[in-house]
Amino acid sequence: MTILTETVDYPDRVDAHPVVLSVEDIHKSFGSLEVLKGISLEAHKGDVISILGSSGSGKSTFLRCLNLLEIPGTGVVNLNGETVFSSSNSTYSTNRDRSRTAKLRSRMPMVFQGFNLWSHMTILENVVAAPTRVLGRPRTEAEGMAMSVLARVGIAEKRDAYPAQLSGGQQQRVAIARALAMEPSVILFDEPTSALDPELVGEVLQVMRTLADDHVTMLVVTHEMKFARDVSTRVMFLHQGRVEEEGTPEEVFENPQSERCREFLSTSNH
Amino acid sequence: MLHGYGPLLLEGLAITIGVSLAAFIVAFLLGLLGASAKLYGGRVLRGVAEVYTVVIRGVPELVLILLIYYGTPSLIQSMVRALGPESLARFRVDFDPFTAGVATLGLIYGAFATEVFRGAIQSIPKGQIEAGYAYGMKGLTLTRMVIFPQMLRFAVSGLGNVWLVLIKATALISAIQLDELMRSAEVASANTREPFTFYLAAAFLYLAITIVSLFVIKRTEVFAFRGNEAKG
Repeated sequence: MTILTETVDYPDRVDAHPVVLSVEDIHKSFGSLEVLKGISLEAHKGDVISILGSSGSGKSTFLRCLNLLEIPGTGVVNLNGETVFSSSNSTYSTNRDRSRTAKLRSRMPMVFQGFNLWSHMTILENVVAAPTRVLGRPRTEAEGMAMSVLARVGIAEKRDAYPAQLSGGQQQRVAIARALAMEPSVILFDEPTSALDPELVGEVLQVMRTLADDHVTMLVVTHEMKFARDVSTRVMFLHQGRVEEEGTPEEVFENPQSERCREFLSTSNH
Repeated sequence: MLHGYGPLLLEGLAITIGVSLAAFIVAFLLGLLGASAKLYGGRVLRGVAEVYTVVIRGVPELVLILLIYYGTPSLIQSMVRALGPESLARFRVDFDPFTAGVATLGLIYGAFATEVFRGAIQSIPKGQIEAGYAYGMKGLTLTRMVIFPQMLRFAVSGLGNVWLVLIKATALISAIQLDELMRSAEVASANTREPFTFYLAAAFLYLAITIVSLFVIKRTEVFAFRGNEAKG
């Protein structure tokens, strides 16, 4: 009884929040090359998990496996307790399931390195498209939502511009707004600042910080060590398709256990 | 000056425009189907589309027109007479020239449109379609929202060419007695013995269609390129 009382009185801050995304033992090969050798992850509501690793470590592939831009070889992906992918269940393990679980996966939208805003649509159209066409929201409701998320990333005045008329930083903020408009359970960021000129990186990271403050659940593949250190609730370091090191930012950055991780951090921190 | 043959020429012009528009719609749809078969189809569909584009593009238009107009009905007749019951022994089919013209030109230019669409779809930046997948789009929604509008800017100049060549190819279907512009000019020049006058009039009318078309193509390009750099 005492133990029970204690857990109620001192709940673990992170574990008190429900599990949003659970990923079990993802494997992925391209031909004979095995890029992911069994990666698992559990994200609770409000978690910001930074995924680090050198190029070729499999971090982007891992992210792309979660919303089935790549179909995993084996493993399980659950979002809010619903199956997105399961290699042991034949209805969830073929390429077709990408189409079957499309609506579910749209709650796990991705922000791409190259923005990938639809170039033939205005900013507003970009943000309204999926909520109306995929989630079936009424147009007026979706536009209201779009304007509020565009305001949240500080770019509402550009609603009628086309993506090509915006700077890279502005485009990436619109891409974040597009993700927010899906009322996402978790947002996947695939190196969101890597394609930006250095002077534009700050505005995108700033938006991501405010999302973290608002407890938006995020998985961020990044090379921005300061962001990973300051904003993350947890950090994962991947090496050659495996989780080499994992923990709180303090644990990983102050006291890394693995030799590889120490090497990586010492070459990245400058 | 036209010895009262002006209205005949204008009627011919109207039929030429009608056949062209109808055939272009057929070609457009066949092109979308053909390109989808080539890019997304299984082995059988890909094979059919491949044979279609090779054969059609490899045989002169006039031969195909005559083959379809005269050849297909007699082929169907002999098949029905050979396989059908006794009561169908006198079975006959005739194509009306308008339908035959639309079908033939649509079939021919559908092969060219297939190649235009195939190239255009392959030119779409990969990230545009990936973003569609990542936001839950699939099938018709993905096609309508992303693939078709993205593809259009790579297809529009090729389609414009298909349209311009198709208009001129309608002159060939005068061979199957459709009273389009070319045949009207033939009739008028034969009756008045003034071939230069009437063929020149016909030439100007074809040119007029082309000039109007070029204007429309230009506007379509501006639309298709919205949000993207205009082509150089």
